[in-house]
Amino acid sequence: MFGYEFYVDPSRCIGCQACVNACAECDTHRGYPMIHVDYLDRGASIATVPMVCMHCDDPTCAQVCPADAIKQGEDGVVHSALKPRCVACSNCVLACPFGVPKMQSELELMMKCDMCYDRTSAGLRPMCATVCPSQALAYVKPEAITHRREVPTNVFQFGRQTVTTRVFYMVPPSTPAVEIDVVDYLWEGER
Amino acid sequence: MSGPLWREEFSVRSSEESYVSRRQFGKFLILTSLGMFVGNLWLLMRSWLRRPPTFPSMQVARLSEVPEGGVKLFRYPTASDPCILVRRRGEEVAAYSQKCTHLSCAVTYSAERGRLECPCHQGYFSVRDGRVLQGPPQRPLPRVLLERHGDDLIAVGMDMGEGDA
Repeated sequence: MFGYEFYVDPSRCIGCQACVNACAECDTHRGYPMIHVDYLDRGASIATVPMVCMHCDDPTCAQVCPADAIKQGEDGVVHSALKPRCVACSNCVLACPFGVPKMQSELELMMKCDMCYDRTSAGLRPMCATVCPSQALAYVKPEAITHRREVPTNVFQFGRQTVTTRVFYMVPPSTPAVEIDVVDYLWEGER
Repeated sequence: MSGPLWREEFSVRSSEESYVSRRQFGKFLILTSLGMFVGNLWLLMRSWLRRPPTFPSMQVARLSEVPEGGVKLFRYPTASDPCILVRRRGEEVAAYSQKCTHLSCAVTYSAERGRLECPCHQGYFSVRDGRVLQGPPQRPLPRVLLERHGDDLIAVGMDMGEGDA
């Protein structure tokens, strides 16, 4: 769908899992949801975050693939691993800064969100954005998102790696880019 | 697009995917066969220009110091060429290079079986003339030509066996 962009707004997510179930309904990967709803801090908060593939401009998952199985289409969509090529090495799973690719070991295949390529390439919205009741996942034209309090950004800073993505993330207006202190997140001791 | 050539040929972007062009493949074929041709030419020149090696005369052992069925190790023609001298019976002596012609392990003399044996891959050589009795070696052991002056055994040359070695 030309002119439409994908916006993820975790502040709107109510954790209903409708997107997960809708995604698993798809005939191209029935039973395997390609979207993950993560609990931020389950013991202390009800906050949830939906995680779709951010479709990086320079996809790390594809860069580390030794089998050339992950390809980025001309429209910037990073596709799921090609079944004849994927060697199930999990390089992409470890490399993705967003934790999107998942190894389906029983299929020996990495599967990830491809922005419902069968739908978006035919003029339909991605299934998760279609079913999301709070529009935490929105597939709309850019002008339709401007009325929201949060502003979209697609620049993420992981240590020294700057990642720009096709999917936008809604952040507070004071935040131009999402900076993630990787070392801080790896820390497992007392805070 | 920077980076190595394979990164260009196996781009993650399907729009940049390209197969090897006919011209590139032709270039590869021509350059490779040119390289092979030049290499062969060089080998040819080398074999043309090579002179037959000369060997020094060197006293390697005394007959009296080697018992019957015994061996003496020596180095000939240079200090990095180990050789083995075998006295079979009576005054019958023969000397060979100790390097197995398969992978250069050191061969040893087995008196009861009357042959030179390589322990690495069970390559056996005749102690009579150095030819291969069994095992992976293809060429006979180079033989050290000996001359006898009284009690002294003098190495005067090497017989590399068939062809050049």
